Amino acid sequence: MTTPADRAFIAEFCLERVGLRLDPDKAYLIESRLAPVARREGFATSEAFLGALRESLDERMGWALAEAMVLPETEFFHDREVFEHLVEEVLPELAAARAGAPVRIWSAACGAGQEVYSLAMALLDAPAPVGPVEIYASDLSERCLEKAQAGLYSQFEVQRGLPARKLVRHFEKDGESFALSPRVRQMVRWRRVNLMDDLARFGQFDLILCRSLISQLAPGAQTQVMGRLSEVLAPGGRLVLGLKDRPAVGIAPVITSLGLYELSAAA
Amino acid sequence: MSTCLVVDDSRVIRKVARRILEDLGFEVAEAADGVEAMAWCSAVMPDVILLDWQMPTMDGMEFLLKLRAEPHGHTPKVVFCSAETDLDRIREALDAGADEYIMKPFDGGIVAGKLDYLGLAA
Repeated sequence: MTTPADRAFIAEFCLERVGLRLDPDKAYLIESRLAPVARREGFATSEAFLGALRESLDERMGWALAEAMVLPETEFFHDREVFEHLVEEVLPELAAARAGAPVRIWSAACGAGQEVYSLAMALLDAPAPVGPVEIYASDLSERCLEKAQAGLYSQFEVQRGLPARKLVRHFEKDGESFALSPRVRQMVRWRRVNLMDDLARFGQFDLILCRSLISQLAPGAQTQVMGRLSEVLAPGGRLVLGLKDRPAVGIAPVITSLGLYELSAAA
Repeated sequence: MSTCLVVDDSRVIRKVARRILEDLGFEVAEAADGVEAMAWCSAVMPDVILLDWQMPTMDGMEFLLKLRAEPHGHTPKVVFCSAETDLDRIREALDAGADEYIMKPFDGGIVAGKLDYLGLAA
């Protein structure tokens, strides 16, 4: 059992590291995410892990804690109509504007890969080819990135949002799990990124998806992350946020019901 | 209210499925095999059928092929719900006319997601 002081430490630590908004009163939520981290790090209890972290402020342990507190997207084709609109409308428009150059796409908080792979599958299954694309995916969590890159999902996971037709078309059975085909996996390039950092070194993107993270951040961090993302959004590009996210200054809605935004004319 | 026919030879599975579907707002009927299910469909065609594969008397595949050959047999959406997880077998079910496929064991979230994908609201 964690104490209120333990949870306050975790909340403050995660706010500082990654801008995460955690309610220290939500003991169950924090403890259920903390316990597996403590076990993986070799501690018998969560309290022992926290004690060691407080004392050492060990970088790796700190990241392990912060990563574990973020809730990743776990569903394929979450808000299905967003993917349909991207493939049928947005990406063809962006491709036309790029005139043969690859459209650069970034899934900025990709979790275990369901979002970015959904888009990749939708592109492969599109009735008409969209044109050349470069797809990047990033997450704060090393564990999420490892899982995403492996493209290996449980029976339970592949039944979350993934139509059966896409399952048989794009996956192969691998023991009790389901492995995404190399054709889909090879479409995506991976990076570990903290969206609170300066992102300019990654270049500019025509389409950025960040649909599961913003609402989990503290207000100041929300503004900071959206500011960072808008800095790397190419002119004429599109930003896709979660349906509950409210955009920061400089970002204007295109279709609010799909979470679709662009840079404001004044930005 | 939309109607769902649950076809499974396991009473436990039928009970679990009924609870999930009723929570989603469906009116639920049950059949223990393909023969019973055909009798239901001849009387009142449901909006959706949750269909087990391995059953005595008439299995799910035989039922599906027979249903799709009936007048109005394309009306109900059919969701296969089976312990079979081989992808070739799932493909076979889809090619035979199933609209979706659920691998057992399932939960309410999976059933709700599949029905939502098929545009079925209760």
